[in-house]
Amino acid sequence: MMAKLTIPEEELMYPGHVGCLGCGATLAMRYTLKALGQRTIISVPACCWAVMPGVFPLTCLKIPMLYTAFETTGASISGIRAALDAKGIDDITVVGWAGDGGTADIGIQALSGAVERGTDVMYIMYDNEAYMNTGVQRSSATPIGAWTTTTPVGTTKDWKKMPKKDMVEIMVAHKIPYTATMSISHPEDMIKKLQKAQKIKGPKFIHIYAPCPTGWRMAPDKTVEIAKMAVDSGAFPLYEVEDGIYTITRKPKELKPVMPYLAMQGRFRHLPQEELDGIQLGIQKRWKRLLKLEEFTRDLEGE
Amino acid sequence: MVRSVISGNSASAYGAKIARAEVIAAYPITPQTSIIEKIANFVANGEFKTEFVKVESEHSAMAACVAASLTGARTYTASSSHGLLLMHEMLIWASGARTPVVMSNVNRANGPPWSVWADQHDTMAQRDTGWMQIYCESNQEVLDSILMQYKVGESPDIMIPSMIIEDAFILSHTVEPVDIPDQDAVDDFLPPFAPEKKLDPDDPHGFGSLVMPEWYMEFRYKIAESMDLARDRIREVEKDFEKRFGRSYGGLMDFYEVEDADAVLMIGGSVASTAKEVIDKMRKEGKKVGLARVRYFRPFPVDEVRWLAKKVNRIGVVDRSYCFGHGGPIAAEVYGALLPTGDRPIVKNFIAGLGGKDITPEVLERLFNKMLVTNESGTEKEIEWVDVKGHSLGVE
Ligand SMILES: Cc1ncc(C[n+]2csc(CCOP(=O)(O)OP(=O)(O)O)c2C)c(N)n1
Ligand code: SF4
Ligand SMILES: [Mg+2]
Repeated sequence: MMAKLTIPEEELMYPGHVGCLGCGATLAMRYTLKALGQRTIISVPACCWAVMPGVFPLTCLKIPMLYTAFETTGASISGIRAALDAKGIDDITVVGWAGDGGTADIGIQALSGAVERGTDVMYIMYDNEAYMNTGVQRSSATPIGAWTTTTPVGTTKDWKKMPKKDMVEIMVAHKIPYTATMSISHPEDMIKKLQKAQKIKGPKFIHIYAPCPTGWRMAPDKTVEIAKMAVDSGAFPLYEVEDGIYTITRKPKELKPVMPYLAMQGRFRHLPQEELDGIQLGIQKRWKRLLKLEEFTRDLEGE
Repeated sequence: MVRSVISGNSASAYGAKIARAEVIAAYPITPQTSIIEKIANFVANGEFKTEFVKVESEHSAMAACVAASLTGARTYTASSSHGLLLMHEMLIWASGARTPVVMSNVNRANGPPWSVWADQHDTMAQRDTGWMQIYCESNQEVLDSILMQYKVGESPDIMIPSMIIEDAFILSHTVEPVDIPDQDAVDDFLPPFAPEKKLDPDDPHGFGSLVMPEWYMEFRYKIAESMDLARDRIREVEKDFEKRFGRSYGGLMDFYEVEDADAVLMIGGSVASTAKEVIDKMRKEGKKVGLARVRYFRPFPVDEVRWLAKKVNRIGVVDRSYCFGHGGPIAAEVYGALLPTGDRPIVKNFIAGLGGKDITPEVLERLFNKMLVTNESGTEKEIEWVDVKGHSLGVE
């Protein structure tokens, strides 16, 4: 008996992208388009993905794509949606596809505006935890302790000092109908959540974990493995929030230690033991909080 | 046709409505606010079927307009001063993406110091964004220019956005009789927006991807070509408009009593109305003065300026803004247009009316009189700030 394929076979991304070897963001796009299908319009600001489709007149995507300015993704998809609404077209999924910098930093205003207005769009942040397109500068979504070219460690321990900005919580605070995290290491989970989100009217926010071997200083053949380690260790938990109700979609009985995950990446190599312990502690606290949130908000169901 | 007594801002809102803008994205700023309030009321009362996106900033307003336009919708927005400045990046995006967005901009001074009054610095600072700019003299011209510029901008060989500009308060909040054309007549004049390519899953393309140096200049050249072509298109569309609606405004540059003039002032905006009255009065006194009203600043009326320079020997350019470092922006264009020709009238640059300082009939009469007697064609007093307190170069 053959196993049932849950990942659609249709390819909307052709080979020939110009991303780096082992780029997690390419998998993120490929699975996303498989999930959403061909009746999708995508708007992409400045980020690695603004380059990856290829150079004019070529593109590796089989859907219409609007390249927009760095901070405008939320506004750009609002404009596309408004135009489709004006023309009475309601069978097209409008997707904003931005990096963590374009989302958590410079684009957060336009994103906040778009979701607050209840715009029927899907905003996807592919998270490689830094400004990669410009050569690995810190973003507010860079994790605590990480080296980047603007947190270069140096002789003064100048690594990223503040924790990663939590975009999911910010989106949940906007009271939007659907928010979810997903990882390129778990494509079935991605497809399921994306297709669920696609059916929901209103603003959806998706956070995809997309390792970047180039910026994380790791081997390019370890992309999927490292993403899986992030999920298993709780460094990047998979969950969704529907109308305020939290559901953890992958719940290991016990979290794996985070140390092997950190040790595989050059960007954490400089950290002394007490910092590493601090990171481990932070992850455990966050996981505990998530379990409580799930338990607590489950009572709200049906209300 | 309905004849109403309305403000420039109301005329803008009616313009967007009868042009059937399908998507409007805008953010409030004094003195533009009543445009979008009027539109909100139209929408709330079911009089205007449009998608009004109440964005969280002007930057987002223009980003949304660009995206909506690329999705095939006719788009409109309105702004002023700091709002326009915030849009700067997206103004360039709009022309680069070849989206014929139409925007009303109420000319207002930029801070600091804060000022909400008339001044052309906000729009002049957008000279290089690739937008057509139309400086209006009356509320009727505000409304009519919106209709005409959709038609010009949406021509397949043009595809360039337009700014319709009205002076803060002098037009934006002052009521005048305005003919609001019948919807049928407007629909007949202005067919629906139908771009050749748009964001469409059935015909997928990338819009705005990375280009290597071998192609970038070609994209820019196409905009330059279209902007040049727009001069003729503006004239054609205005002729057609005049045939249908009985009104016209003089194309790119509106001349008044210049044929035999000894001195001409060149001005953009509503001050032109005042100047026309001053001219009538002075002509009765035997003084041969005239007016060249700058309607379009982009594309610049190069031929018109050259034609004028053949007729008159003294041109005083009144700029209601200043390019710090050297001169007013309109004067700079005039000097630039005349340099390759043999015609060398005396050109002076008056900087007047910044931040809403009134340009009264008395001020204009002084400037005309000054021009009539001037024989200086050199660099001495080439730029004069008019009526600045404590400034020795004030016009005597
Ligand atoms: C207004 C503006 N500021 C700065 C830039 C330069 N810039 C382009 S992409 C980028 C970083 C993008 O980071 P992120 O959104 O995380 O995407 P990534 O490249 O990591 O995929 C920056 C700083 C720009 N294009 N526009
Ligand atoms: S820098 Fe990172 S995110 Fe960007 S293309 Fe390379 S691997 Fe992908
Ligand atoms: Mg990034």
